[in-house]
Amino acid sequence: MTQIRLTTPLSDKTVESLRIGQRIVFNGIIYTGRDAAHKKLVELIEQGKELPFDPKGQVIYYVGPSPAKPGKIIGSAGPTTSGRMDIYAPKLYALGLKATIGKGRRSPEVIEAMKKYNGVYMAAVGGAAALIAKSIIDAKVVAYPELGPEAIYRLTVKNFPVIVVNDSLGCDLYDEGIKIYSTK
Amino acid sequence: MGQDMLDSFKKAYEEEISLTGKEILQQLLKNSEIARLDSVPMCQDTGYAVVFAELGQDVRITGNLYDAINEGVRKGYTEGYLRKSIVGHPLERKNTGDNTPAVIHTKIVPGENLRIIVAPKGGGSENMSAIKMLKPAEGVEGVKKFVIDTVKAAGPNPCPPVVVGVGIGGTFEKAALLSKEALLRNLGEKNKLPDIALLEEELLAEINKLGIGPQGLGGRVTALAVHVEIYAAHIASLPVAVNLNCHAARHKEVTL
Repeated sequence: MTQIRLTTPLSDKTVESLRIGQRIVFNGIIYTGRDAAHKKLVELIEQGKELPFDPKGQVIYYVGPSPAKPGKIIGSAGPTTSGRMDIYAPKLYALGLKATIGKGRRSPEVIEAMKKYNGVYMAAVGGAAALIAKSIIDAKVVAYPELGPEAIYRLTVKNFPVIVVNDSLGCDLYDEGIKIYSTK
Repeated sequence: MGQDMLDSFKKAYEEEISLTGKEILQQLLKNSEIARLDSVPMCQDTGYAVVFAELGQDVRITGNLYDAINEGVRKGYTEGYLRKSIVGHPLERKNTGDNTPAVIHTKIVPGENLRIIVAPKGGGSENMSAIKMLKPAEGVEGVKKFVIDTVKAAGPNPCPPVVVGVGIGGTFEKAALLSKEALLRNLGEKNKLPDIALLEEELLAEINKLGIGPQGLGGRVTALAVHVEIYAAHIASLPVAVNLNCHAARHKEVTL
């Protein structure tokens, strides 16, 4: 399968051109965030306050890594279930966030937000956490260290592999997969 | 990852017809190899520590067994660089910092041994689990429908290919516990009751017709196994619980 190499931050033009089923490898910076961090980010947005990082053009990876062993950059770091962030995600896409990475389905509201603000959603392989960690070459906490594994990290990644699941046209790879392979 | 899981992955790789699905299964095998060589967790979600303690009735324990188990969890998760995934209060949600407390199920059995089974359970697949109190008239068809509907509704979320634990009978909480116990069985081991073993086979075949596939991206291998446990039921009840496990069906045991 052909892979598309992308460097972050992402331009509108790049995001527009992405289609479901495409294999992407990321290079550059991606940010992490799970439920607790998203709750805090959205509180800041609602209060009109500045966020710990500007989401414009950026990518958020839904992950709570395991602790790094001594001398290591990060522990195992596979995706968590994205649906738990559905309630928060449209507000971040509205601020210019271009992509989210996780596993599992997105709500109709998030898919609508991606259409409206030109965003995409991508899946990393759930459970391939030791393998994925190999493509993370730097990790720094940028906010909420008190949240432990739920802190926001700024990751530098090299050839970080994902698949496009929802594109800016509103298509859904999960639906397409079932259409092809269901024999019921 | 246990040998039963590795064997099951290899079999799944042969059976899968989707190229993406095959690629994912290959990545998961590679992942388990890296995890083994580097002594790191195969998944960052190192789970809720679910502990089954079967205590022989002739064993005398000095001290508090529950405290001892929690101390083991604390040490294991800290010294093993495992993720601390437990919040002490479900609504306040502050991390306890050491993955305690464990969920501990004790059972008194004949004998003078203490058997401890540890089965760390990930949150993503646990969240897609379900229970329903069926009407007895719904029978085995009702049970099948509920199991298949649960796997279908879970779709890509519980990290398929999944292992499906099913508990049928008992009361509300007994069915849930049976479904969890069903996940402790090694993959490929069938229920000893021939009719239930057949039900397991039928459910697996039906689930693998759903087309969800590895990671939900489409394919034939949606589940690696279906394990069913049953118990006596009330004349008015037919409880069914479905406990989903991701492809990392982890469990280890020791007998003291």
